[in-house]
Amino acid sequence: MSTPASDYSLAELMICANAQAYANDGEVLVTGIGVLQRLAASLAMLTTNPGIMMTDSEAWILSTPNPVGKRPADFVQMNENWMGFSRIFDNVWSGRRHLTGGPTQIDRFGQSNISAMGGDYQKPKVQMLGVRGFPGNSICHANSYMVPAHGKRVFIEGECDVVCTIGYNPERLPKGYSFDEIDLRCVYTNLGVFDFNGPNRQMQIVSLHPGVSVEEVIENTGFEVHVPTAIAVTAAPTEEQLAIIRQMDPHNLRSKQLKDNPPGVRL
Amino acid sequence: MNKQMSLQEMVGQLRDGMTIGIGGWGPRRKPMALIREILKSDLKDLTIVAYGGADVGMLCAAGKVRKLVFAFVSLDFIPLEPYFRAARQSGELEVMEIDEGMMLLGLRAAAWGCPFIPTKVGLGTDVIKFNPDIKVIDSPYDDKEWVAMPALKLDAALVHVDRADVRGVCQIKAPDHHMDDWFVRAAAKTYVTCEEIVEADAFAEPADARLVFWERNFTSGVALVPGGAHPSSCSPNYGFDIPHFQEYNASAKEGGFAAYFDKYIKGSSEEEYQAKVGGLDAIRKLPQPVY
Repeated sequence: MSTPASDYSLAELMICANAQAYANDGEVLVTGIGVLQRLAASLAMLTTNPGIMMTDSEAWILSTPNPVGKRPADFVQMNENWMGFSRIFDNVWSGRRHLTGGPTQIDRFGQSNISAMGGDYQKPKVQMLGVRGFPGNSICHANSYMVPAHGKRVFIEGECDVVCTIGYNPERLPKGYSFDEIDLRCVYTNLGVFDFNGPNRQMQIVSLHPGVSVEEVIENTGFEVHVPTAIAVTAAPTEEQLAIIRQMDPHNLRSKQLKDNPPGVRL
Repeated sequence: MNKQMSLQEMVGQLRDGMTIGIGGWGPRRKPMALIREILKSDLKDLTIVAYGGADVGMLCAAGKVRKLVFAFVSLDFIPLEPYFRAARQSGELEVMEIDEGMMLLGLRAAAWGCPFIPTKVGLGTDVIKFNPDIKVIDSPYDDKEWVAMPALKLDAALVHVDRADVRGVCQIKAPDHHMDDWFVRAAAKTYVTCEEIVEADAFAEPADARLVFWERNFTSGVALVPGGAHPSSCSPNYGFDIPHFQEYNASAKEGGFAAYFDKYIKGSSEEEYQAKVGGLDAIRKLPQPVY
């Protein structure tokens, strides 16, 4: 049973859209890096895909996702097994994982950057985190991205300043590999949902959020986006989904993730 | 057998130009008392291998680092480490930037006496492009190319643990011991600071013995430094010191590292440092982080 909600925030819409990414994944480790991504993973685990495994971001696999933010003193998390950082790789490199991260740059090949921007590599203008585990994630398992502010600063015209993930760039395809081995799934932004199933693995529009136009996407993307003939409107959250999101986010941290916490349906 | 040493004796065994691995992860269980001791020393031209936090930031800020092998440097709740950023953006830091898992493989290769471990991690990315020293090789078993992640041999590893005996049996009770065991195994010498020195029979119970992640013949020296991970965390003993990290982070914008160093570290023993940050009792009351 599902009742479409009429009143929801854009953050909640993005959570529900991102949750859909995992519906058909089966029994995989799901990692959502960021509040919205983590709520999406939790929502999927509690609804469409109970096979999902999640960590507590410290050292344990959970049978039930932890709510985000401060938890009551008597809260007992439901550990399933130890999962220290070294053991994460033992699972991740098997391919049985789907991660949604939030890179700073994404290029037309689906390559992403969280390391450094501007200047040159020896002397970057803005040093960020470093490549972290992104290179391994990108070549070992399914990956999606979330982008809270869809614009040309993220979806850049050229190639990423530091290419942290393998994507669909023919010049970088390793010997013996085909693009079928690189599992880049979807991009969830404040404007819509995208995938890389356009012609020649071009990024294309899957759905647009209520009130968003194709033109707005084109104007805010630094590279050419494929516009298919049929474009859906992103499905509204259901009341049941919103109830679970409220349970998993009792302090309403989701309201602080997008600038001004806009409504899901534009006024 | 008694491997107890002072912090000064440990740092006295390090040499200019050495490759030093640092245990812990970001703001978690870093051997900060040893880092402070290095900051006070004349050591220079170090190659540092770490899942970096303020340990890396401070060593960079003090000009101790010639080359950094890293996958990230972050304080987690402050995502961008201010002094690591400054060092990178100055263009003066030589780096080997690799995937988190590649670092683990490099440590394992060193531990196992292999020149490299093959992996697909890094293929297709700038990790290969910007690290010409990391070779991509053909496989004798398939038609693909593979990254030959080179061994990351360490002259010394520095780690902080919960409990140790004087022979160097070390126990880490934190939920995760991170890659500390691999740093230790990759190193010619390992210097351990601990919250508590215990008798050898402290590990008799199987549940305790399971929390010993390397064998004592890898431990070169042990120093009792309760609170020695501050301002990083040492779960379950104490969390990381958020206000202290905030002050450290803010110092990068005003005063610079010299101001932070002069206030807390310069000329101060570890006891004096801890007194300045509120004392050991206050450190032990720092709340555990919620993830």
